[in-house]
Amino acid sequence: MTEVKKVESLTKKDIISTYFRSTFMLGSFNFERMQAIGVAVTMIPAIKRFYHKKEDQAAALKRHLEFFNTTPWPASAIFGVTAAMEQKKAEGGDIDEAAITNVKIGLMGPLAGIGDPIFWGTARPILAALGASLAMSGSILGPLLFFFGINIIRMLTRWYGFKVGYTQGTDIVQDVAGNRLKKLTQMASVLGLFVMGSLVSKWTSIKMPLVLVSYKQAGKVVDTTMQGILDSLLPGLVALLMTFGCMWLLKHKVNAIWIIFGMFAIGILGYWAGIFGL
Amino acid sequence: MNTMQFILVILVALICGMASVLDERQFHRPIVACTLIGLVLGDLHTGIILGGSLELIALGWMNVGAAMAPDAALASTISAIVVIVGHQSIGEGIAIAVPLAAAGQVLTIFVRTITVFFQHQADHFAAEANFRGVEWCHIGGLFLQGLRVAIPTGAVAAIAGTSLVSQWLDAIPPVVTHGLQVSGGFIVVVGYAMVINMMKARSLMPFFFIGFTLATFMTGINLVGLGILGACAAVVYVQLNPDFHDSIKAPAAATNVGSDDDDVLG
Repeated sequence: MTEVKKVESLTKKDIISTYFRSTFMLGSFNFERMQAIGVAVTMIPAIKRFYHKKEDQAAALKRHLEFFNTTPWPASAIFGVTAAMEQKKAEGGDIDEAAITNVKIGLMGPLAGIGDPIFWGTARPILAALGASLAMSGSILGPLLFFFGINIIRMLTRWYGFKVGYTQGTDIVQDVAGNRLKKLTQMASVLGLFVMGSLVSKWTSIKMPLVLVSYKQAGKVVDTTMQGILDSLLPGLVALLMTFGCMWLLKHKVNAIWIIFGMFAIGILGYWAGIFGL
Repeated sequence: MNTMQFILVILVALICGMASVLDERQFHRPIVACTLIGLVLGDLHTGIILGGSLELIALGWMNVGAAMAPDAALASTISAIVVIVGHQSIGEGIAIAVPLAAAGQVLTIFVRTITVFFQHQADHFAAEANFRGVEWCHIGGLFLQGLRVAIPTGAVAAIAGTSLVSQWLDAIPPVVTHGLQVSGGFIVVVGYAMVINMMKARSLMPFFFIGFTLATFMTGINLVGLGILGACAAVVYVQLNPDFHDSIKAPAAATNVGSDDDDVLG
């Protein structure tokens, strides 16, 4: 194993094939090893390129059928690093199976920590909110903006993620831990939270026409509604409190779907009791 | 609905079902799925509007870690069919979408459990270095996820045109439908809460309140304007954050005695 063999690098065709496969990585998501088969399928072009003996190929496939779960799009960077390590191993470098698995497992968590806020917390909700606001007036621009916007981001993330991972190899570990990506994550989180805050106010409508006090002034009946009192305090207060209520419930592991059903119950009971109005 | 439309609806449902597990090209998001169903059924306009309304509700539905979101795919396809073919209102569509999302979630949990079988099958193929076998296991799981949405959607599409569906929906008392419409106004906060919780950034919560206050009192500003303000806040925050300035941190660590003199010169 000490002798260094010359192993071909991935060709352009291999990289395109890996990219294409990676876009299906979650297809066989299961509760035992989650994204495992998808990872193995994505790595197949690299395994075929680097290993030619049957037992080596089988061992590599087995390595990549281990538990794997992270944010899907930036996972391509992990595939790039893994491919680079597999190549080194095939060349006879001192990389053992455990090292490859450890880097994979080690990058999973931090990458999800970056990927979830950036893609699921910021990019998708903001594009979806923009798209939905256009769509609700019946404009085809809404769906188009969302679909193309999010897919361009996704394709760039996957394509360049893999390339950077493959060329930098294990050096990328420093990048993931480093300041640059942390900065990006923080920026995404600030933007995401800012927009969420404005949406809580802008895109909720809660009307509480319940009359609390009624008196006559200059011959006219003046009603003081619950809405009026709350609005003079802070418009959108009820929505804000509901948001915090939901956050609390979610933190206590209450399934979102139950919270949504609870919201429906509140709506129906509130309407029945006359607290909420249309 | 003619035969061609029926086939196309099934096809769209199949794609949405697969997209729902892949979370890749986002065909399963209501804004895309409802639009496609609308396109296929010849009522693009209604599809887009329903899609936009459902997208708002589903805004924060996401798969994070092992936790699964309510299923937007099944909710979108079926409610779009019911609204368009069954001539129901958008409000009615929203009302049936949420129970459907719950049903879809149960179905995907079921499929993701069955797929464990494919995982073990893949192990056997891997031991023989059978690449094709592993690939087929993968495709098998994906296809099941497509069927999970396509079959129920097909069943609804088959009966949506009949009076059966409208009879069922008419049987719902008005206090319930109006109540559901009322909840439609604030159900979105569940999604927002999911996003905020996922960020795990307690220290950044002031930005949430800034956004809230600006949107509340500056009613003239639209989403693009708020987005620009948010982006500016993000950039300024990172620029001013001492965590990202090694030059400020280094003196505090006092590793290099005499660096003060260098600083004056430099």
